[in-house]
Amino acid sequence: MSTRVVKENVEANITIRPVSKRSRAIKENLTGYAFISPFVIGFLAFTLIPIVMSLYLSFTNYNLFAAPKWIGLDNYVKMFTADPRYWQSLKVTIIYVFAGVPFRLIVALLIAILLNTASKAVGLYRTLFYLPSLIGGSVAVAIMWRNVFGDQGIVNIVLDMLGIPVVRWFGNPTAALWMLIFLAAWQFGSSMLIFLAGLKGIPKSYYEAASVDGANGLQQFFKITLPMLSPVILFNTVMQTISAFMTFVPAFIISKGTGGPLDGTLLYSLYLYLQGFEFFNMGYASAMAWIMLIIVGILTLIIFATSKFWVHYESEGGR
Amino acid sequence: MMKLKSPKWWLYHLLVGGFAILMLYPVIWLLMSSFKPSDTIFVTAKSLIPDNWIWTNYAEGWKGIGGNSFGVFIRNTAIIVVITLIGQVISSSLIAFGFARLNFKGRGFWFALMMVTLMLPGEVVMVPQYIVFSKLDWLNSIKPLTVPAYFGTPFFIFLLVQFIRTIPRELDEAAIIDGCGTFKIFSKIILPLITPSLATVAIFSFYWTWDALLGPVLYLNSPSKYTVSMALNMFLSNETVSNWGAMFAMSIVTLIPVFLIFFIFQRYVVEGISTSGLKG
Repeated sequence: MSTRVVKENVEANITIRPVSKRSRAIKENLTGYAFISPFVIGFLAFTLIPIVMSLYLSFTNYNLFAAPKWIGLDNYVKMFTADPRYWQSLKVTIIYVFAGVPFRLIVALLIAILLNTASKAVGLYRTLFYLPSLIGGSVAVAIMWRNVFGDQGIVNIVLDMLGIPVVRWFGNPTAALWMLIFLAAWQFGSSMLIFLAGLKGIPKSYYEAASVDGANGLQQFFKITLPMLSPVILFNTVMQTISAFMTFVPAFIISKGTGGPLDGTLLYSLYLYLQGFEFFNMGYASAMAWIMLIIVGILTLIIFATSKFWVHYESEGGR
Repeated sequence: MMKLKSPKWWLYHLLVGGFAILMLYPVIWLLMSSFKPSDTIFVTAKSLIPDNWIWTNYAEGWKGIGGNSFGVFIRNTAIIVVITLIGQVISSSLIAFGFARLNFKGRGFWFALMMVTLMLPGEVVMVPQYIVFSKLDWLNSIKPLTVPAYFGTPFFIFLLVQFIRTIPRELDEAAIIDGCGTFKIFSKIILPLITPSLATVAIFSFYWTWDALLGPVLYLNSPSKYTVSMALNMFLSNETVSNWGAMFAMSIVTLIPVFLIFFIFQRYVVEGISTSGLKG
């Protein structure tokens, strides 16, 4: 009798379990895809298909009204050999990214360290420093910036009071670009919040141990704070670099949509917009978009590839 | 640490507080200038406080452009904001639940794909999307600006996935024993627990849509459909009339909701950024 029960149980295990497990797996798969289906559909419709289209268009001459005409690599050749404005926009964007992002991150880190104290006012300061980030992407702020740096704006008034020669910010392409870089740096608040959260995660005991061993503040910063914060810095650097590359609103507003003076603020996105939607060179704009994709991809890879030399991951897996 | 008001304490607050005021000075200047007559804004830029406060800039700016009052632009923007916000909250929370909680083949693949999309410059798809929307006859309507919101936004999905992962799985398992199906677990267990994150999503959705310029500039042509960002841009194009006062006043008007929401929901904003690295 007991053998029969065992046999039945074994049979039940062999025959019934696997089937129910399998149908359960199918059901799980279906449920899973049901939940993520908006993303899958959206990805195909709004990302994958447009990217493939964009690649095709980049080899064509297309103005939205006539059918696209295949011209091979002409757009790319023209971009690099016959379009000085393209080089200018690339140059301006690279300066903007490589000056603006480190500028912003360094200010953010310094302020975060200053605010990482027990002072009661920290909450207030944190809010105040975050406000520029909060409103920074708006047209209102771009308009404000334009007027703050105007010939009679408060920046020049201050420069004048300090005895420094005033700058005609709109009269000179370099100055105009720096006006944009300052605007980017001004919005250090969101990075600062992320750094603050990271700083809070560093155990106090590390600093105490370091003090006991006689490490001074600077040593503690380079030996404890920076390594412990490096994953956060990495993340910030990647995201800020990508978003800086795509900056559009301030350049568009401050130059009134021209990228002037003398193409000094002709950021990549702005030039792409002008080519695509002012001159209706949609093939050319697509080629520009692809080069941008490649540049951003390479930059991201470089940042990640070099990260193993400067990013310190805790073996415990952090938080 | 600095309990006694030592010289160090004073130095600290002088430095940090002074820097904070310096950073915010342009905004205060914008606000104060909006109460000055246009022709004196730059003449009196040295003094912050207006000699006599006037409200005419606000009345002037509210008249708007081309027969559309600023109220029209606010209403247009608010409609886009609400439709987008609802779409992003619903779709992103469904998708995030799928990624965070359900086991299905290809989950890792799709999640990785989403993270790549997160880093993809929007410019790459700008031209083809425009072409597709124009073929669909969606130009000069809010559809191109709102419909994609119903298919999830990678940033928000990522934020919610991170948050759902912190919820103990025992809760799901207990619910399964009680006979809950997957959707019930989502709606009865997970959704109530992630409301703080949903608030963060809603707030950032509002900010990004309210501030957006490129999308509206591409897709909206008739001034009666303009958003506040486009209206301000129009003010700027007409700057030759040097009606700075009205432009400044309307700039302030567009900033008010942003500030209001921030001060009411500050906790969600700060937590959202600190935990996920959302760009502000």
